[in-house]
Amino acid sequence: MAPTKQAPTRQAITLKGSTELVTEFFKYAANTILFQRGVYPADDFHMVKKYGQTVLVTQDLALENYLDRILKQVNQWLLTGSVTQLVLAIISKDSRVPLERWVFDINLVQQQPPEGSQPAPAKPESEIQAEIRAILKQIVSTVTFLPVIDEPTVFNILAYTSESADIPANEWVDTDPLAIEASKSQQVKLRSFSTDVHRIEAMVAYRYEG
Amino acid sequence: MDSPDSATQRDTRDRFITTRDPADEVAATLDLMSLNPQSASPGHTARLAAATGVPLNRRVLAYHEPPPAASSDPLMAQARELVRPLYARAGSAPAGSSGTTGKDRKISTFPYKILDAPGMIDDFYLNLISWSSQNVVAIALGNCAYIWKADTGEVVLVSEGPEDSTISSLDFSNDGQFLGVGYPSGAVELWDVETQSKLRTMAGHSAQVGCLSWHEHILSSGCQDGSIWHHDVRIARHKVMELLGHQGEVCGLKWRSDGELLASGGNDNVLNVWDGRLGDVGTASASARSAARWTKRNHTAAVKAVAWCPWQPSLLASGGGTSDATVHIWNTTTGARLHSLVTPAQISSIQWSPHRKEFLTTHGYPTNAIMVHSYPSMEKVAEIRDAHDSRVLFSALAPNGELVATAAGDENLKFWKIWEAPKVKKKEAKDSTSLGRTNSGILSIR
Repeated sequence: MAPTKQAPTRQAITLKGSTELVTEFFKYAANTILFQRGVYPADDFHMVKKYGQTVLVTQDLALENYLDRILKQVNQWLLTGSVTQLVLAIISKDSRVPLERWVFDINLVQQQPPEGSQPAPAKPESEIQAEIRAILKQIVSTVTFLPVIDEPTVFNILAYTSESADIPANEWVDTDPLAIEASKSQQVKLRSFSTDVHRIEAMVAYRYEG
Repeated sequence: MDSPDSATQRDTRDRFITTRDPADEVAATLDLMSLNPQSASPGHTARLAAATGVPLNRRVLAYHEPPPAASSDPLMAQARELVRPLYARAGSAPAGSSGTTGKDRKISTFPYKILDAPGMIDDFYLNLISWSSQNVVAIALGNCAYIWKADTGEVVLVSEGPEDSTISSLDFSNDGQFLGVGYPSGAVELWDVETQSKLRTMAGHSAQVGCLSWHEHILSSGCQDGSIWHHDVRIARHKVMELLGHQGEVCGLKWRSDGELLASGGNDNVLNVWDGRLGDVGTASASARSAARWTKRNHTAAVKAVAWCPWQPSLLASGGGTSDATVHIWNTTTGARLHSLVTPAQISSIQWSPHRKEFLTTHGYPTNAIMVHSYPSMEKVAEIRDAHDSRVLFSALAPNGELVATAAGDENLKFWKIWEAPKVKKKEAKDSTSLGRTNSGILSIR
C-alpha cells in the first residue's frame, strides 16, 4: 500500500482531522439511510443540525452504541489506511436477501507536490461541508427512485479492508459480501466528497427485478 | 494490486461501476474455490485477478454482532406516522382551509327526524324528493306529491295525478314557488306550491320522465328514451331544445347553479356535460346544439348520482351504480378526472356540503349507508351504516346545508344532521345564490 505509507508522512494532523471528518460523515450517512429506508421506525429518530442542515439521527441507545463501536474501528482503519470500502447493506429480515447496498469507496488522495514547490493549499472546510451536504441530500432524494421496501429489514455494515489490516479478534469476522446478483441489480452513482487526504465516493446498488 | 498504477486502475473501475458487483461475486467464488494467493499458483491468480478486476488482498469484514432490533415494528410505526398528520390536521386546520377531515367531529348516526312515507316506490331510476329554497321538502308518494314545511312541520298535498299513474320525478324551481312533476307517460306537469293548483301540462315525451332539473324558467327533463328536453315554462311551445347524447334512460340530471352547464347521467353508463346556453327560442336549431360538451364513459354502471360543487363551480361529482360504485370528481372546465373513490356499494346520490370541503354519498345494498367524504383527500369522514332498512334511493340537502333528507323503499323519510352551518355563512350563502341569479340573468341576455 504505497499511498498509505505516504499519507501519514505528509501531515499527521491532517490525516487525523480528515479521518474524524470521514468517520463523522459515515455516522450521519448511515443514520440518514436507516431513516430514509425505514430500517428503523421513524419515531426513533430526532433532528439535529449538522453541516448547516437538519439531519435525522437515531435516539435508540442500542443502535447508537452499535454504530459508535463500528465507527470507532473504522476510524482506526482509516488512520492506518487499511479500509478501502464501507458498505451498508439492507437485507430482508425474513429471507435474508440483500435488497440494497450503499457503497462508500474510500480512496486516499495522492498529493505529491513537485520537488521544491509549495504544497497545494488546504481545502477549506466550508467546501468539504458543502460536498457532504450534497451527498446527504442525494441520499434523501434517492427515495424517489429506489423501490419501495414493504417488508421488515435489517442492515449490516461491511468493511473492505486490506489483507494486512489490524483486526480486533472476535469483533470483526470475515463475511459474505451480501452482493446483489448482477442481473437483478441497478446501480446509481452518487456524489463524492474529498478532504485533503481522503476521497469518498458513494454509490447505491439496489435489487430491481422488472 | 499495490502496484503504483493501482489508483488509475481503481479509477477506471469507478467509472464502470456496473462491473463492481460481479467482482464481489467472483471474490466470494474465489474464496469458495480456495483460489486465494496462498494456495494457488501466483501467476494464475494474478491473471485471474487482472481478468476479473477483483482485488485479492482484500477482506470483507462485518461486525460480530448483528445490529440491534428495532424497538418497534417499523411497518407499524410507518402506519402510525401516516396517520399522525390527520390528527394534527383535524385540530389545527383553520376554518377556510381544505381537507378538514374532522376526525374530532362527531356525526350522529341516528336520524334527526323520521317521517312516514307510505307508498314510496323502490325504484332506483326515479327522483322523488326535492328540498326547495323556501325550506320545503316535496316527496312523491304514488300519484300524489306532498310537501312538508320544515319550518312549521305542516304537511300539504300539492298535486294529485291520474289514479292509475305514479309520479316518476319531481323538482322544485329555484325560487321554490313551482313544482315540476314528471310521469311515466312522459307528461311533465307544473304545479303552484302556494295554491296547490296545476298550472300546465307539458306533453311530448314518449316515455317515462325519470328526472327533472330547473334553472330559472327552464325545466329540463330526462326521459327513458335517452333524450333530454328543455321546457320553457313561460311559453306555449314549451320544448325549446332537445339534447341527444344518451343511449339509455336518463336517470341523473342537474343544472349548475349559474345555469352555464347541465350534467346528465344515464343508464348507458355515460356522463354528459352540456352547454347551458339555449338557442333562439322557437327555431328548429335544436339538433345543431345538442352535442355534449363532455362525454365521459368511465363509469361501468348507471350514473344516477350527479352533483355540482357549490364552492368550486367547475367541480362535478358523479357516482355509478352497483357494478361501478365509484365516485369520480371532474373538472368540467378542462374535462379532466381529478379524483376517484371506490365505495362499497351502489351510489344513488351525491350531495356537496356548502360550508365544508366535503360531500356525502348515499348507497344501496349491501351497506344501505350514508357516507361523508372529505375533498380533495377523498378520505372517509363518517359512515352511517344501514341508514334505512332498504337501499337509500334519494337525498336532498336543506337550503342552509345542515340537514340532509333521505328516502328509501322502507317508506321512511329520514333527516340527518350531517353538517353544521356557521351562522355568518348562512347569510353569505343566501347572498351568493341571489348573486348567482343576477349573473345568469346577464348570461341569458348575452
